[in-house]
Amino acid sequence: MHDIWKTYPDGTPALQGINIVIDRNEFVYVVGPSGAGKSTFMKLIYREEVPTKGQLSVNGFNIGKLKQRKIPYVRRNIGVVFQDFRLLPKLSVYENVAFAMEVVESPRRQIRRRTMEVLELVGLKHKASSLPAQLSGGEQQRVAIARAIVNNPSVIVADEPTGNLDPETSWGIMKLLEEINFRGTTIVMATHNKEIVNTLRKRVIAIERGTIVRDQQRGDYGYEV
Amino acid sequence: MKFSTLVRHIREGVKNVFRNGWMSFASIGSIVVSLFVLGVFMLLALNVNQWADQFDSQVQVNAYLESDVGQSKIDELKTRIGSLPEVKKVTFVSKEEGLEKLRQDLDEDVKGALDGYKDANPLPDSFEVELFDAQQVSFVAKQILAFNETDSSKPILSVKYGQGYVEKLFRITNAVRNVGLVVVAGLAVMAMFLISTTIKMTILARRREIGIMKLVGATNNFIRWPFFIEGVVIGLAGSAITTGLLLYGYSKLIESTHYNMGLMMIEIVALNKVGWLVGGTLMALGTLIGVWGSVVSVRKHLRV
Repeated sequence: MHDIWKTYPDGTPALQGINIVIDRNEFVYVVGPSGAGKSTFMKLIYREEVPTKGQLSVNGFNIGKLKQRKIPYVRRNIGVVFQDFRLLPKLSVYENVAFAMEVVESPRRQIRRRTMEVLELVGLKHKASSLPAQLSGGEQQRVAIARAIVNNPSVIVADEPTGNLDPETSWGIMKLLEEINFRGTTIVMATHNKEIVNTLRKRVIAIERGTIVRDQQRGDYGYEV
Repeated sequence: MKFSTLVRHIREGVKNVFRNGWMSFASIGSIVVSLFVLGVFMLLALNVNQWADQFDSQVQVNAYLESDVGQSKIDELKTRIGSLPEVKKVTFVSKEEGLEKLRQDLDEDVKGALDGYKDANPLPDSFEVELFDAQQVSFVAKQILAFNETDSSKPILSVKYGQGYVEKLFRITNAVRNVGLVVVAGLAVMAMFLISTTIKMTILARRREIGIMKLVGATNNFIRWPFFIEGVVIGLAGSAITTGLLLYGYSKLIESTHYNMGLMMIEIVALNKVGWLVGGTLMALGTLIGVWGSVVSVRKHLRV
């Protein structure tokens, strides 16, 4: 990201001059108070928002200049995980994960094999035919993560993935993300969870009022909750 | 797009109909109800149209001849009238046949009154002229009179086609036809509106799902296809049910009224004549609406 500015159409300035490089295989926490611009920062990466000014490239794609019909192809290389899971409610766990592979037109046999593989990784193989509504929050988030990694993306963007989960479940999710990071995927995670940031020490980027106020390797949360 | 992806879209589209059980049911229901009303009025209009045609076809031109016209003149006139492009058939009716016809039209008890005329028949010879399009009567009548003008022997006594009366008849049958057309067209528009609203609502409910699909990296076409298939399935199912109900009901109606309607000189249009027209129209319309409704409303939500 180079000198990124983002102002929303209603005049709200969300980001004011962000400069940052996140390397391959890094694990980065994005922290900061609500409304500081964390979510905008994340949305820029998977091109839900476009920067008003500045240069942003992800996996070698110039996101700011991306044509509308190219967006899907960039997103296929970025796994997204949300606080509210965003699973397709009428599809089973298996179908939800397989959907991401159907999108890239993988052969059916490969879809079957790989889907079961990631479901095993997140420990939900036995729930493959359940509907999302029949699962607990932690389980739903693990399905979302399985969907995010099924196509072997180079980056995972997680916007408060533990925001809706109790502490114990949150640790399960973090273990999983760490494992995925260990296997070679970059992870950018926005969070409010002080305990996680302070225990599982990683690079910390703090955003306040639209600018980066701190960028620290093995940093701590730094805010009193 | 790979072939296997197309198969996937069809599979998902069909599955979606069942996944959205109640919504699909509501969509199919609204298609059935509105197309059924439309179908009933189509059948009604087709029947009214046939009755109007029947009334019209009874209209014919009668050309009465002078009493001293010879056989060669009669033949000449017959070919001249027959060669008019509007004329379907010319029949010569001699005065004896004319009298016999008149007898048959009269009631039993007054028939005797004609007996005295057998030897001194006052009726003229005549031509009965049938037309392809009954509404052309006055035009054809004028043409026949024109033959008379150009012929020095003036063989035609008079031309009759129910002047005044037929114009009124045509006004009525035309009005009936037009009203039928307007009602059917209006109902078709209403049906399309109603159905597309229902389908739009079912897709509005899935706006969030479309957003999620886009986040996972699905192209617009990838999202659109299953909705398209779903629209086809719902449209086809709805119109097939309607067509089945309607034609079954109609065949029962024909069966039960077969005898008493015959007495009223009114004939219901046979099933095989209207079946394809009504069924085909409803199926095409239903499918079209299903597809249109789903494609239009998906497009609205694709910009995420």
